[in-house]
Amino acid sequence: MSTLNVIELAVLDIQPVSFSLHPGECVGLSGPSGEGKSLLLRAIADLIPHGGTVRLDDEDCNTIPPAQWRRRVGLLLPESHWWSDRIGDHFPVREMDRVAALGFDERVFDWQVSRCSSGEKQRLALLRLLANQPQVLLLDEPTASLDPESVARVETLIADYRQQSACPVLWVSHDAAQLARLADRQLRLEHKQLQGQVA
Amino acid sequence: MNVIHLDMFDLGMAALLVVLLAVLSLLMRLQLERQILISAMRTTVQLLLIGLVLKTLFASSNLFWISVMAMLMLAVAGWEVMQRQKRAFSGWWGYGLGTLSMFVSSFATAVFALLVVIGTEPWYLPQYSIPLLGMMLGNTMNGVALALDRLTSSAWQQRAVIETRLTLGQEWSEAIGDISRDSLRTGMLPIINAMAAAGIVSLPGMMTGQILSGTPPLEAVKYQILIMFMIAAGTGFATVIATWLGARRLFDRRQRLSLYRLSDSGVE
Repeated sequence: MSTLNVIELAVLDIQPVSFSLHPGECVGLSGPSGEGKSLLLRAIADLIPHGGTVRLDDEDCNTIPPAQWRRRVGLLLPESHWWSDRIGDHFPVREMDRVAALGFDERVFDWQVSRCSSGEKQRLALLRLLANQPQVLLLDEPTASLDPESVARVETLIADYRQQSACPVLWVSHDAAQLARLADRQLRLEHKQLQGQVA
Repeated sequence: MNVIHLDMFDLGMAALLVVLLAVLSLLMRLQLERQILISAMRTTVQLLLIGLVLKTLFASSNLFWISVMAMLMLAVAGWEVMQRQKRAFSGWWGYGLGTLSMFVSSFATAVFALLVVIGTEPWYLPQYSIPLLGMMLGNTMNGVALALDRLTSSAWQQRAVIETRLTLGQEWSEAIGDISRDSLRTGMLPIINAMAAAGIVSLPGMMTGQILSGTPPLEAVKYQILIMFMIAAGTGFATVIATWLGARRLFDRRQRLSLYRLSDSGVE
């Protein structure tokens, strides 16, 4: 049960933004390319310098050690990157339920990263992130390179995780239908301004 | 056996060979003759100058002037390290990082060798301290330059991987761990290879020089072994210090990858 409060968050030339993500809520974020949606997400995960305040419940981002903050506020980057040869090396723990939910079996951990398709890697990156049990999920186009069946699987998995852990989700997508389907409410970043900032 | 003194005529004969090479370059249209001659001139002038400096230094054996000389050598080595990097750290870090690690490592190792191993009297005896430090710095410089260049260029290329690892909650040291280790290996391998090949593939220059100047071969060999060990340790420690500091510098207080701290990095 966590609430994420973003207060006057300032990155580059984007007007300072404020909004909250409440427990279990799915908030959509859309807007033209290059407006800075990814920048906002990276700032919330404290991956880039920013002004303003981000709080998780009552704790200010700056009072929590950075690695721990990023573990709690899990950011899924739009492109997945891997540093070891084997998929399994990237997983501290292996949760078979979720692996199965995305259409893999336990053999996936022995796969070579270089032999996976970009869609497989994107789904595995989500599993890798969820293994940290994040309290907040920031998803930057999590289904951009997936086929319809995989999109459905990912959407279901995230909905389940959201329900089980009451984890709020900020979902960036270019697919208006997807956001309409999934999001409890929507934010839009346009002309360097965030619209729909009602907390 | 005594040193056979070389006079100007001897050196002139050797110079004739270089002139011959320049003529050959001219005939073959290599367009290297200018460079050959200028470089030969530079060698002559630079070495004569340093000879004069060393002569004065050896005669006075004054700790202050020896220190000035040592600092000058360090300053040039630090500059060289910075110059050899594609993406050095910007500002003072670019110069300070290599210089500091070489200072700590080379000076500590050289002083250790002088005080404990060789036991010269006084310990800073310039006939020993200056050449020793020179060899230390020359090799350490290579190691540090290679390691830092590898570190910064790899971090630049693999920024997305590093940031991915950060998003997964890894500490900075873990997120850049593979790159750091890779850089350390790159910095240390040349001296490790040199130790392995010494005497078989190559006769180290210092030993050769000592033998030419009349030192019994086994004495020369002992000194060469000492130097090899000192260089290996000095290079290794300096590389470790430089890589660790450099890797740390790539992240800010909140452990964000901070590539804007590198020169030529464009706008972040």
